[in-house]
Formats: sequence, structure tokens, C-alpha cells
Amino acid sequence: MKIGLAIEQTAKAEQDLAERLWAAGERHKADHDVLHLTKTLAKLSEEHVEKLAPHAERYDASIERQVSKDAGRSRPLAATIEKGAELTGRRPEPALLLLRDLRDLHLRAAEASIDWVALGQGAQAAKDSDLLETVGACHAETLRTLKWTTYRIKTAAPQALTS
Amino acid sequence: MTEPAPTRSDGARGPADRIAEPWGERTPYGAGGEWPVRVDTNLEKGLSEDDVEWYRSASILHSNGDEIDIAVKDGRIVGVRGDRHSRVNHGRLGPKDLFGWQANNSPDRLTSPLVRDGGELREASWDEAMGRVVDRSEELLSEQGAGAFGFYTSGQLFCEEYYTLSVLARAGIGTNHLDGNTRLCTATAGESLKESFGCDGQPGSYADIDYATAICCYGHNVAETQAVTWMRMLDRLHGSDRPRLLVVDPRRTPVAAEAEIHLALRNGTNLALLNALLHELFANAWIDDEYVAAHAVDREELESTVAPCTPEWAAVICGLDPGEIRAAAELIGTAERLLSTVLQGVYQSHQATAAACQVNNIHILRGMLGREGCGVLQMNGQPTAQNTRETGANGDLPGFRNWANDEHVDQLAEVWNVEPSQIPHYGPPTHAMDIFRYCEQGSIRFLWVSATNPAVSLPELGRIRSILADERLFLVVQDIFMNETAAFADVVLPAATWGEKLGTFTNADRTVHLSEQAVEPPGEARSDMDIFCDYADRMGFRDKDGEPLVKWRTPEEAFEAWKGCSRGRPCDYTAITYERLREEHDIQWPCNEESPGGTDRLYADAEFWAHPDVCEDYGKDLLTGAANEPHEYRALNPDGKAILKAAEYIPPHEPPDEERPFRLTTGRTVFHFHTRTKTARAPELQAAAPDVWAELSAADADRLGVIEGDLVEVASARGQIQAPARITGIREGVVFVPFHYGYWDEGERARGPNGRARAANEATITDWDPASKQPLFKVGAVAVRKVEEARG
Repeated sequence: MKIGLAIEQTAKAEQDLAERLWAAGERHKADHDVLHLTKTLAKLSEEHVEKLAPHAERYDASIERQVSKDAGRSRPLAATIEKGAELTGRRPEPALLLLRDLRDLHLRAAEASIDWVALGQGAQAAKDSDLLETVGACHAETLRTLKWTTYRIKTAAPQALTS
Repeated sequence: MTEPAPTRSDGARGPADRIAEPWGERTPYGAGGEWPVRVDTNLEKGLSEDDVEWYRSASILHSNGDEIDIAVKDGRIVGVRGDRHSRVNHGRLGPKDLFGWQANNSPDRLTSPLVRDGGELREASWDEAMGRVVDRSEELLSEQGAGAFGFYTSGQLFCEEYYTLSVLARAGIGTNHLDGNTRLCTATAGESLKESFGCDGQPGSYADIDYATAICCYGHNVAETQAVTWMRMLDRLHGSDRPRLLVVDPRRTPVAAEAEIHLALRNGTNLALLNALLHELFANAWIDDEYVAAHAVDREELESTVAPCTPEWAAVICGLDPGEIRAAAELIGTAERLLSTVLQGVYQSHQATAAACQVNNIHILRGMLGREGCGVLQMNGQPTAQNTRETGANGDLPGFRNWANDEHVDQLAEVWNVEPSQIPHYGPPTHAMDIFRYCEQGSIRFLWVSATNPAVSLPELGRIRSILADERLFLVVQDIFMNETAAFADVVLPAATWGEKLGTFTNADRTVHLSEQAVEPPGEARSDMDIFCDYADRMGFRDKDGEPLVKWRTPEEAFEAWKGCSRGRPCDYTAITYERLREEHDIQWPCNEESPGGTDRLYADAEFWAHPDVCEDYGKDLLTGAANEPHEYRALNPDGKAILKAAEYIPPHEPPDEERPFRLTTGRTVFHFHTRTKTARAPELQAAAPDVWAELSAADADRLGVIEGDLVEVASARGQIQAPARITGIREGVVFVPFHYGYWDEGERARGPNGRARAANEATITDWDPASKQPLFKVGAVAVRKVEEARG
């Protein structure tokens, strides 16, 4: 049974996605929708990792759960990053950086998404309906993140690339 | 001070009392009855109705669309009278309209164009001012292209003017960056209608008030925002068969005071409450299963989303009692004829579109649409916001067309006789908050602001001022007064306003009015349409045959052009003419060959504009705003039914904490409109509400050691203001500040080293609803502290 491996891989992809969402939000503080939405989506990805934890235990897999960035970051460090975002917020280059970061988020979300697909197939073959239910619920949310990155790139690219 | 107004000849109290009693005397009526006429008049002292000439118009001081006759003597506006034949107001006027006309005659009016030289604005000729605008436009077009241009317009111009602006911006310049300040007031109304019914278009009618057995006001302080519609509701509430009234509002507003059930929830939690109400509708089978099966999609998704949302669950989030929530659900679920109204308490709050959609869902689930007394009114904030939406001056394409549907873009290209590629449609039209973001980044370098005052009305004013002051930005401001925004302008263009120009506009229940030119504009001021046409001429915008792109010069010609653009769309104006509006006073769209008399209610036959080929929008994910692809929408809703959009509650982005324990909400008073540039110039209105205040609950005031009148500081992470405290029936933990007050009339007290910041938006958060992009003025964390004891 290799389902434990697939759980580990999916959890790692979601953890990675969450971290990159947190980081992108902090880097693009002056793009206020990005700031707020990345937080919301990062929390969802962290929840996905949580939801995989009991399944990991059953399959004797180990997944790394990090302390949420929501609680973790020290105030001075957060303030420094935020100040940096503010200072660069008045320059045009961050529009291109935003595109680059959204692209990266998109690829990370795609990676997590395809991991959910594989895990879901495994869960079906193993007739593990509990796991399948978790996969279904979490994957829908990861697809939503993927859809958002697509949409946000579509709206940001015309101005970023022609100015 | 002005003289008190004369007593009416019938002995009733005159308009002066309408400050103390904004809604006037009751004229009660029962269900299905005719709302009695009561004509409200205010004329300058010594004048009678026979001494003056009367000109037809309607209000542009709120979205209700009250029809007004303007009184003129010797070329001056000298008063107003409510139109007794109006379907909207039956002769009544609210206090803003009774007194606000005096602003037209203010000596402060802009009467000459201004240009900036050496840092100072100086008077200039139209040729010089427009020359500067055109020179900068041409430079930027060749240097950067259409993306360098942004247009930020209003909810206070006329239909013909918005349409002209829409054509010149979208097809002339070819920029995607055109939006209105309607983004702040009505974007969620439009978005929720698109999400639920496939297309914008107000389902209900004000006449539904005459028939409703239950009225629910969600975040809608109708008494102060649409005073005359509140008079209509009050007259029903005081009539023989009083409708039940449910009010959802953290403040004890005049509306809440009349309610059978008042849910004073924590601001920012509307969706949690609404999901619980829907949970109860399902749990008690208060559902019209047949209607839903025949006319709606996605019931299962909604039902499973609200399944865990019990009243107990919502009670914790909203800070309510589960029993109150159950009682509210019973009121909704058992109503025979249900009318719901929604406004800023929902639209400017957390999860705005998601919450507004749940109100639509209530009506879909109960099959209560398109019948007398059964309607939704997703209200508008500003007077002509409806036209901003219709004409595509608001971040949509004209005629409620779908930017993602190539056929719709082709139709538009045909109407305008341009290549489809000239009309940007590679993404949704840029919304206001992104327009200002692009200005901040320096990629928009030309911003033309017409009839709005972002330096007071947008969130986080410190940020907005720094954007407007940026030297990279060429700022054109077109207005009737020097305001806080115009102070930053490179060119100021003096505009004519209501009563000084001809045109049409449309209210929140699709009622189209004609507004006559009653007097000449002051000095060299010109109508907004003349200014836009002049710009189009000077820029030489052409269609693909080399003919002028803007093919009209008079308002009536523009209206005829707009009718062509509206043809075949829900907002079909094709059978309306100026002549008919002069004879019939008002007509509700759609008005075309099929419905020549207009249409009182949409969706009477559950025929929605939701088919994939006709819908205005393919729908969005309400959490992120991510747009559906056409194929996704086609799979979901192939037959064009209503869509039961579901969304889960998530906590607000900036919850209160130890440092900032209060939830700030901003709002309105019945005596002022927008940033007071007009209403503060009417002495009675100014005297009624001369300065900002901060509302606190008695318990919070106690804890802070604050009594009525003490100066308090309201501070967020963005900025702070100081305001005298008012102790009211507001929910504990919530502080309310009206947003009207800026700095143009502050004089010595203006902002500065020793000045007092008083604009509520100094403190508000830059955050917007993911779907409607409407800024969230009604949820942000603040600290409150006493600064100074009350004087005297």
C-alpha cells in the first residue's frame, strides 16, 4: 500500500502552497485584494494539511505540520516586510513581480491539485470512503485557488505588460 | 440664517418642520390600497405657486427617484414641489430635496475652468483648459497607449452623459479603465443580481410596499437613505393591516425602532445570519419546491452549504440570540407576500455579494418574485447609479452586455461602428480600486474624475491623497464646486448640474425620468455632456468609416443613440421618448414594442436573463471573485434559470483585537448627501447636521468614561479622526461615524499640524468584496478613546 506516500506528497504540496500564499500576501501588501485573499486561501491550505493528519496516521505516514504563519510571524519582522511592500508599492515593477508570484502560486496550486487527483484515485481503489470524502472537499478548494490565480493573472497582465 | 418657510395655506405645517420631522405627517393606508398623495412644497419666502414657472425633474440627492417640479423666477431656481402624479413619491419630498436646491444658487459655484501653473490653480479659458487635457492625452496615447488613461465618474450625471463617456472612453481612447463611484454604493446590488438572475435589473417595484405582508430591511436604513420610500413603508405600518417588519442592522435606526424584530448583529457577519435563516427555511420546509424545481439551479449545493448553519451556530458569530434568529426565519418563511430590501449594511460589509445573493435566494426558494408585494429591491446608493450601470460607465459593458461573450462585444462594435478589438474585453473592465492602484503604481498617468470626490469618499484617505498628489498623475476634475479632490487637479472643468441641463435618469426601481433645463448654468459652466462631446471632437475620435465616433450633440440625440444600444437587452429603452416622458412623467424599463407601457416587475413569468447566450456574467466564485469560464456556466445553467448561489461564512479580514477592540461602521444622515458639497450649502440642512459625530453604546461610553458631547478619537491602523460622541442604541462594541464630512468648509480647523481630522475614511480599510469589488466601509477594527470633555 503506497497511499501513505501519496498522503505525504499531497500534504507537502499543500503546506508549500500555504507558505507561498502567506509570503505572496506580505510581498504584495499594496495590492490589497492579494493581501487579504492569500491569507484566506493560505488558511484553507493549512486546514487541508490538518484534515490529512488522521488519514496519515492510519497509513503510518508522517506529515509535517508547521505552525500557521498567521500566528507565527513576529511583529517586527512582519512590520519590516510590510514597510518594504509599501515602499515598493508606488513603483511599476511590482506589477511584474505580482505576475511572477501569481504564476508561481498557480503552479504550486496545480501541483497540489494533481496530487489530490492521484490520492483520490488511490482512495477509490482502496475503497477508503473517509479518505475519499476528505479528498473531494479539499480538492474542490484547491481548484478554487487555482481558478483565482488564473483570474488574477488575467486581470493583472494587460496593464503590467503594456505600461 | 434663512427665514422660516411659510405655513401652507391648508394650515398644515410647512417645510421648516421637516428638519424636526424628516418624514412629515402620516397618511396611512392598507394593503392593496392607493398610497395617498401628499404634495410637499418649499418656495422662497413671499412666493406662491402662481408666481413661478415650473419645470419637470427628479431628485439627484438620493436613489429614490422622487419626481420634483423645479420652481423658477427671473432665471433663478426659487423652490421645489413634489410631483403629485409621480408613481414614486406621490407628491412627497424628503428634507434633502426640500432644501438642497439652494446649492445651485451658491456663490461658491465654479464658473470658469482652472489650470495649474507653478503649483497654483488659475482661471483659464475653455480653449486653454481643454487644450491642456488634449495635449496630455495625445502625448500619453503615443507614449504608452490607452492603458495610461483612467476615467472615474459618478452616480450623479445623466444617462446621456454616462453613455457619451462610455463611448469615448471604451471606443475612443479604448481603455478598460472606466468606473463610477457607483462602485462604492451599488456595485454589489448589480453583482448580486448578475449572480442570482444572470443579469443586472431590479426585480421588484416600490409598489410592492403597497401589497407586502412582510418587509425585511437588510442593512438598509431606508429612513435616512430613501426618506420617501420610508414614508410609504411608515404609512403601511400605520395603516389598517400593518405588515410585519424585520430589520437587520447593528444600529437602532428609525427603521429598527419600528420593527417587530430587530436583529442588531455584529457588523461583518451578515452571511452567517443569512445562511442560518436559509437553514431554517429548509428545516421547516418553507420552500416552494415546485417553483425551485422548475426555475432554479444548484439547490443541492445551497442546501448542503447551509446544512451546518443552525441558529445556534450563527448566534455565536453574530452575537444574537438563537430564538431571535428562529423568529426572524418564521417571519420570512410564513409571509404571504414578502418584500426584501438591501443596502449598504450588506453592500459595504464583509462578504457583501455572498450575503446579498442569500437575500435573492430567499425569494427564489419561496417563489416570491414578480408578483404584487413579492419582490427584492437591491437598492442603489446614488441618484443616477442605475444609469452608470446600464451605460457601462461603471465597470460593465453598455446594455448589461457580457465582456466575456464575443457576440455581445460584436453587437456593441456594430452599434458604435468600430472594430471589436477597439473595445477592450480581454478582462473585466477595471474597477475603481484597481484604477487607483494603477495610478499609485504610475501606470495610469491620466485620471479624469467627474462629479465625485474620492479625496473624501474612498477608503484610507491618506493613501488616496498621496495618489492624487503624485506628480506623475495628470488629474482632470469636472465638478460644480471646488472640493477636496479638485484641490489636487491639474485642470478643473466647471460643470452644470441638475436644473441647468436637459437629460434623463433612472432610479432604483427602473423608473426613467426626464429632467428639464430650468435655468442657465452659472458663468462659463457647461453640461457634462457638452464637455465630453467637446473632448471627443478635439481628440478627433472616429468610427471605422472615418465618421465622428460620438455622433450626437444634444441630450435627445444622445438618448436616441442610447436607445439603439439598449435594444434587445433587459434595460430596453426603445419605446421611451422625451415626448412620452414629458406627458407620462415616468416609465419603468424595459419599455419596448413588447411592453410599450413599461414593466412594473421583472421575472413575473420566471423568465430570467440567465441563458448562457444572453446573461451579463458567467458568475463568480463568491469567496475569491474568480470568474467562471463560459463552458462552466453553460454546464451549470444551460436553460437560463435562477442560480441559488451558495457561500460559506469566513471571519472578517480585520477582526477587533486587544489594541483595537471596536468594529467601525460608517454611514449616512438624512440631511446630507455624499460629501456634502451640495447639502452643506443649504442652510437648513447644514444647521441640522453641521459636524461629524461618533456613535457609541451607553455601555461602551461608560467603560471609556465618555459622556454625550465629549470629543473622542477613533483610530485604526490607517488613520484617526476626532469627533464628538453621541450615545445611542447602537450595538456594544460597534462605533458609527457618518462619512459625509471632509475639509472643504473647515476653514481654520482644516487638517494640518493643529487641525482635526474628521473624515471617517481616514480610518477605513482598503479592502473590497471579491465579487463586486465594492469597498468595505462597514467593517474594520478601531480603538476609541476620550480626548476632551464636552464644552459647556
